[in-house]
Amino acid sequence: MPKSEERMIDKDGVRIDGRKYNELRQTKIEVGILSNADGSAYIEQGKNKILSAVYGPHEVHPKHLALPNRSRLRCRYHMAPFSVEERKSPAPSRREQELSKVIREALEPSIFLEYYPRTSIDLFIEILQANGGTRCAGITVASLALADAGIPMRDLTTACAAGKVEGQLVLDLTDNEDKKGEADVPVAYMPNLDAITLLQMDGQLTLEEFEKTINLSLEGCKQLYELQKEALKVKYVAVKEEVEE
Amino acid sequence: MSTVARIKRTQIAQLMEKGKRLDGRELTAYREIKIEMGIIEKAEGSARILLGDTEVLVGVKIEVGSPFPDTPNEGVLTVNAELVPLASPTFEPGPPNENAIELARVVDRGIRESKAINLEKLCLEPGKKVLVVFIDVYVLNHDGNLIDASAMAALAALLNTKMFKYEIEEEEIKKKPGYDPLPMQNYPIAITFAKINGKLAIDPWLEEEQVMEARLTLTTEKDGKICAIQKGGTGYFTVKQIVELAQTAREKASEIRKLLVKE
Repeated sequence: MPKSEERMIDKDGVRIDGRKYNELRQTKIEVGILSNADGSAYIEQGKNKILSAVYGPHEVHPKHLALPNRSRLRCRYHMAPFSVEERKSPAPSRREQELSKVIREALEPSIFLEYYPRTSIDLFIEILQANGGTRCAGITVASLALADAGIPMRDLTTACAAGKVEGQLVLDLTDNEDKKGEADVPVAYMPNLDAITLLQMDGQLTLEEFEKTINLSLEGCKQLYELQKEALKVKYVAVKEEVEE
Repeated sequence: MSTVARIKRTQIAQLMEKGKRLDGRELTAYREIKIEMGIIEKAEGSARILLGDTEVLVGVKIEVGSPFPDTPNEGVLTVNAELVPLASPTFEPGPPNENAIELARVVDRGIRESKAINLEKLCLEPGKKVLVVFIDVYVLNHDGNLIDASAMAALAALLNTKMFKYEIEEEEIKKKPGYDPLPMQNYPIAITFAKINGKLAIDPWLEEEQVMEARLTLTTEKDGKICAIQKGGTGYFTVKQIVELAQTAREKASEIRKLLVKE
């Protein structure tokens, strides 16, 4: 157990894992890695390891859930029992049910659901290892899985949190920073439309700090957006080369 | 969205363009709030809130339980919400659905993050026995903005919660006659806004909720700091809108706080 007096940020402003206040964790993204799914993607953001898959648009089961004018987006955010320090029961917790709802609402504005009436799009986010900021990384990777499934979208959705730790505003909090910090503000964003589609906060911030924090989150979102586009390109360059061979 | 909702949406949106609303309010006007406290004698604390026609009853029960391993010196706070079927034709019996869970968790977040209850004072025996505060939100009539009404009712119920006096004798907890108030140290107030056709209105009622693109709830503390936020719905907000709403929420919350807290 680390001592509780241990500082999260040293006197030079360097965080425990060596990052600056506005630096994202080391992030690796891959698109199209599950053969059965219509679309899939994988992200490693620091120690977070998250897999996302999309099935659909396809027939809705049960049928009465079909909507006459658009597709129904369904989302399941789920943590593997071994993803956290103490084993998590595989049954969906209240937290997971809330996150499934807010993630669905964060991604829905990006999708042209009206193109596929009477169908459903089923989106799965499996947290294989969690270390803080999984709802955001989950959104970032799920948006890529949707793109990989060829579902028409207005923009990619990208998400990142910022918060306050030991009095300083920092980007992309780890689990430890979130627990010991004073506030956490997860944000999902569509950069091309300048639209915030998920916003939550817990902790304590003044109005001025809150405004700075949300802008810091958006800086993180914009960096992740570039990584998302890069990952999509890598997949399609690979496909193109395969075809040309 | 049903066909009726589409027609109504156009009507509501057109009115909002002119700064008006279907129920005659202005965009920044909150509905009338009525509060009754201590109406359930068997509960340690209770309150009923009427927010227009929205009606929420909150009961607080206190029991002895064990603390969480990571906070051995703190009492436990739990919030549950029931969307009781008698409150709306759209509510069904059964375990809480995602709306009820979200409602409970947003109310919980406001109370927890503002440290409204001094949980350290609810510790009886570190690591072994603490008081557990159960806040049960019971929605009795749904006419929109359940979050604000529930958060307000929860705070009102906590403010009139009586904690039994006790003494520890040979590791046994013995109740003594008499009561103490719950150790309250902050008063979080949630304020919700709806976005309809790009326009923003405070305290949406049912018909506005049915057609809104998105909502934003901001909970502020007694010193004006923000302690919880939740965006809902499938629409979006811009940073500029959010910052403006935070400002309005802070002002409105301090007005409502005066109704609940007599300091």
